[in-house]
Amino acid sequence: MPSPVVEIAGLHKRFGDLAVLKGVDLAIEAGEVVCVIGPSGSGKSTLLRCVNALEDATEGVVRVSGVDLTDPDCHIDRVRAKIGMVFQLFNLFPNMTALRNVTIAQEKVLRRGKAEAREKALAMLERVGLSDKAHSYPDTLSGGQQQRVAIARALAMDPELMLFDEATSALDPELVGDVLNVMRELAEGGMTMMVVTHEMGFARHVADRVAFIDEGVIMEQGPPEQVIGAPKMDRTQRFLQMVLEH
Amino acid sequence: MRAWSDLSPRKRSRIIRWCVYAITLAGIVALALLIDWPSIRRVFFDPDIARQQFPEVITQAAKNTLIFTAFGFVIAFGVGLLLAVMRLSDIAVYRGAALVWIEIFRGLPALVTISLIGFGLPIALGQQFPGTYTTGSIAVGVVGSAYIAETVRAGIEAVPRGQMEAARSLGMSYGRAMVTVVIPQALRIVIPPLTNEFVLLLKDTSLLSVLGVTASNKELLKFARDDAVATFNSTPYVVAGLVYLAITVPLTFLARRLESGGANRSSSAGPGRLRVLFRSLDPRGGSSDA
Repeated sequence: MPSPVVEIAGLHKRFGDLAVLKGVDLAIEAGEVVCVIGPSGSGKSTLLRCVNALEDATEGVVRVSGVDLTDPDCHIDRVRAKIGMVFQLFNLFPNMTALRNVTIAQEKVLRRGKAEAREKALAMLERVGLSDKAHSYPDTLSGGQQQRVAIARALAMDPELMLFDEATSALDPELVGDVLNVMRELAEGGMTMMVVTHEMGFARHVADRVAFIDEGVIMEQGPPEQVIGAPKMDRTQRFLQMVLEH
Repeated sequence: MRAWSDLSPRKRSRIIRWCVYAITLAGIVALALLIDWPSIRRVFFDPDIARQQFPEVITQAAKNTLIFTAFGFVIAFGVGLLLAVMRLSDIAVYRGAALVWIEIFRGLPALVTISLIGFGLPIALGQQFPGTYTTGSIAVGVVGSAYIAETVRAGIEAVPRGQMEAARSLGMSYGRAMVTVVIPQALRIVIPPLTNEFVLLLKDTSLLSVLGVTASNKELLKFARDDAVATFNSTPYVVAGLVYLAITVPLTFLARRLESGGANRSSSAGPGRLRVLFRSLDPRGGSSDA
């Protein structure tokens, strides 16, 4: 059996005196889509950010494709080049066109030639439905379009794993669907995904597994029909009531 | 007559305004009567001496001022950028070293720094110091670097943290992300203040007049002073002053325009004027996609 793409064991993360993660264990197999849900401040974004070392683990082990990110000698840039990350606030480079946003890391990190990077970028923009926006600057795009460019930017690196940090939380409601559709297509295409989200519909229908996290630990995890459909823990039930009621 | 307090605020402010005008005018008239105009005209506005300044005041003095400014600014910008990045480094030694440099050269009067470097550097490095402009350019460059470092640091800090995170998450190293993503955005933010730094540095080149320089690389003030001493007349200072203004005033206007362009960009929708401007300045015509 191949080793998991993501292996998190005994992960603790403290910011000064504030303990955000208090011993998290999680493994994600190749091709698996894991949604992480939980109340705000529960540590789910911090957990995601530890998976590409945007936050350093205080304690414990985070392995991606077998590489231990907590090892001081690990080549973190090489690992990150294989992990796509999509942020809540898109974080497109505002001084570059959509196309340049998608080509720049291909050229500077993967050392692809200009023509190859451009071809790849156009293919990725087409995949997210934005071929016609290649030469637009981010501030002329809607939030949903910006987020899809950000997804294209990550996909152009041919990642082995995609991380989504509340990718639809900053969007106007009518734009959420476009982004979720792109994410759903990615999942159906076999991408390994770790998705921090408040979209319970997405978690229920797309995720292979849902992890409910609260107060820095994973309280409950399993198939969506179990965790969302028939949660065992009181806390999970209360959380789901809160988010599903409105 | 009604009491002062019964007047409406608008009437009161009108009366105050006219009083200010009257007092100012009276002051100017009094001054004009007191001043010895013939002497002023003789000492500061001698047309023959003014005419003698040309064309050398432009072809030599102004040219040298601009050369010192250009070299000085390149040095100041390069060192300032390096210092700014050092100030933001995780490594305490880099941070500390940059801070010491910045505090020393912002704390010293520019004339002291220029005297120390201008007289000290040639002695320290021996007689065969290359180039006639080198010492002076380094001196004003060092002074400018301390100020530019703080300006650029503020610009880097004004770039949202998510930009660095996005670049790092794509596999760029810290340095690569700085150079490719963060610094270009920071420089756009600081172009208006940098234009002002450029003007300050240009004015600081006048302090190079204290250094003994060869006749061929006198900057404006040294040129004016030598002529003023030779003719026993201050007209050369007036000419030099006008030449300074002819260079600095357009630049400060430019800086002000860039600033208001920047304000527009952050305030409202549509592609910012500032960015449109920079795209038009871009030699590649802004098509950075190719």
